[in-house]
Amino acid sequence: MEKTEIKNKKKRGVSEDLSYGRLIFIQFKKHKAAQIGMIVLILLYLAVIFAGFVAPYDPQRRLKVPYMPPQTLHFFDQEGNFHARPFVYGIKMETNKKTFRREYAIDIEKKYPLNFFVRGDSYKLWGIFKSDLHLFGVEGDDGLFLPFGSDKLGHDLFSQAVFGGRISLSIGLIGVLIITLIGVIIGGISGYAGGKTDIVIQRFIEILRSIPMIPLWMGLAAALPANWPQFRIFVSVVIIISLFGWTTLARVVRGKFISLREEDFIMAAKVSGSSQFQIIVRHMIPNFIGYILVSITITIPMMILGETTLSFLGLGLRSPTISWGVLLRNAQGLQNISLYPWLLIPGAFVILSVISFNIIGDGLRDAFDPYAVTRR
Amino acid sequence: MATYIIRRIIFAIITLIIISIISFVIIQLPPGDTTSIRLQALQTGGVQVSQEQLDLIRADFGLDKPLFQQYFIWMGNMFKGDFGESFYYNAQVNQILKERIPYSLMLAFFSIIFIYVIGIVGGIISALKQHSALDYSISLISFFGLSIPEFLFALVLMYVFFRYFGISMGGFYSIEFRNAAWSLAKFADFVKHIWAPVVVMGAASTAFTIRVLRASMLDELRKPYVQVARSKGIPEAKIIFKYPTRVALNPVISTVGYILPTVISGEMIIAYVMDLPTLGPALLNAALSQDMYLVGAIVMILSALTVAGTLVSDLLLMFTDPRIKY
Repeated sequence: MEKTEIKNKKKRGVSEDLSYGRLIFIQFKKHKAAQIGMIVLILLYLAVIFAGFVAPYDPQRRLKVPYMPPQTLHFFDQEGNFHARPFVYGIKMETNKKTFRREYAIDIEKKYPLNFFVRGDSYKLWGIFKSDLHLFGVEGDDGLFLPFGSDKLGHDLFSQAVFGGRISLSIGLIGVLIITLIGVIIGGISGYAGGKTDIVIQRFIEILRSIPMIPLWMGLAAALPANWPQFRIFVSVVIIISLFGWTTLARVVRGKFISLREEDFIMAAKVSGSSQFQIIVRHMIPNFIGYILVSITITIPMMILGETTLSFLGLGLRSPTISWGVLLRNAQGLQNISLYPWLLIPGAFVILSVISFNIIGDGLRDAFDPYAVTRR
Repeated sequence: MATYIIRRIIFAIITLIIISIISFVIIQLPPGDTTSIRLQALQTGGVQVSQEQLDLIRADFGLDKPLFQQYFIWMGNMFKGDFGESFYYNAQVNQILKERIPYSLMLAFFSIIFIYVIGIVGGIISALKQHSALDYSISLISFFGLSIPEFLFALVLMYVFFRYFGISMGGFYSIEFRNAAWSLAKFADFVKHIWAPVVVMGAASTAFTIRVLRASMLDELRKPYVQVARSKGIPEAKIIFKYPTRVALNPVISTVGYILPTVISGEMIIAYVMDLPTLGPALLNAALSQDMYLVGAIVMILSALTVAGTLVSDLLLMFTDPRIKY
């Protein structure tokens, strides 16, 4: 009897028996695209966390094959025989007699099977564990497998893209911490205090929003001394990008504070003698934590794009630090991209991660509040 | 209404003052001042400069005065049209600005037209045909538009057109027209070149517009007045374009203040990738060589243009939408 009632309720979409968190989870599960985005992101972050293991080569190692195009995996050999274990052909380097450019040709004589868990370049996982085990690759030093090709100096672009993700994906997370902190504090003050304070803060936010961001970033990044150590540049870039990114969140938080301030249960808490701090932390913040979460998921891609853009322009991180933006810097100019189009591949990682975050943000927004207004 | 206009203008002026302070801070950020750079240039040229001469030069530039006074000197000069000197281009900053601003403005203008035409048409179609294949493909494309970094989009576009159509993009004119006088042929060549940067610059904001309009249009279409209009036998096309579309457009119009900074920002990068003679590459070159007077001037000018554009659009909005409260 009881069971059928619950079933009926579920059918009608009424489910007051379920907790708030459970409801959100059910809503989110309906959004198939968001789940795909989630899986993509988990894979990306896993690859980046275990970068040394996932990347077949040391990203700084100069293999003797500059500007080699991506290699394809083969399941069938020249005679049409099927190989369950895919292999790559060897490569021959030739100089074109007419253009004097280096050209690569497939050497059918040599076949190198692709293996999982091969020994190769040694690396230190998280700076602690020394190892030379790699997820995949070809055994020995004769054969190479470069799925994304190589750059001017013969770096394996796949390994570089994996290692580049360490910076590009973490910059988003660190920046978002700063943004959330500033946004919640300023938005909270604005909404809770109200009156003149609120007006001043809101006008200030409007002013910040009316300034074009990228020229400002460029101006600030220009002031970074070129001889600074890489880590300090990294931190500065994060700060520059997050410095003006908190306004959206501050507005959301303020709006929520204002609407919650008038609610009965806040009144009740006040009357029963809760301190202001207690009211804010125990009663208000849990009520809009969802909005913060949505805001975070759509801010991270903004940070990733910011870093990529600045580094691409040469104003952010610089080689030998590897980030997706730094890698894309190689793909400048029509001549480079028409001769070596595979240098654009790291861009696919940028797009993939940004789309995933955006879609998850969409899914979360639907889950938390189906009536929220879209605002990027 | 008059008070609203005045308030809006005062607000714009305050914004400009804050922007000018930020620009000035940017100029002051790197260690040393303009004289130290000049000094370096002179010394590498083998010229010895005594401390007295140096002090004289510094006094000449007003660099011996406290910082806030320097700010007012800088501001005062700016009002006289003197933005200082650029040592990277070895020219007066305002000369550089004069050459490049028209191109920047033109690009921004065309992009905004592109954004609204495509954004509004796409948004309406997407809402009217909700859940159709067309709606899904428009949504998918707009998701891509929001997620691709502008410079990457520009690069991919350049590659695709070069590889598959043999067209080399970049610049505003083909080589043979670069120094030619204006003619019909040159104009045709110009049109052939300008659409690409316009599309790239507008992509993200177009996607944004589509999504905003789609959402607000769907809200409107569900309202009872649309049902009433239908029951009265008004032709469907008239219902849609006369009522819900006009209401749904309001949130879109109010995004002008947001789209303008985005477009200007995008132009910085795309102009560099596509080699266009606008403010973008000048800012980048100045930034890379720490030519701070040029950097500060361009940040200032771009922000001022954006603020002015937003102000104009806000005032226009006031006339087009009588429901806005002052």
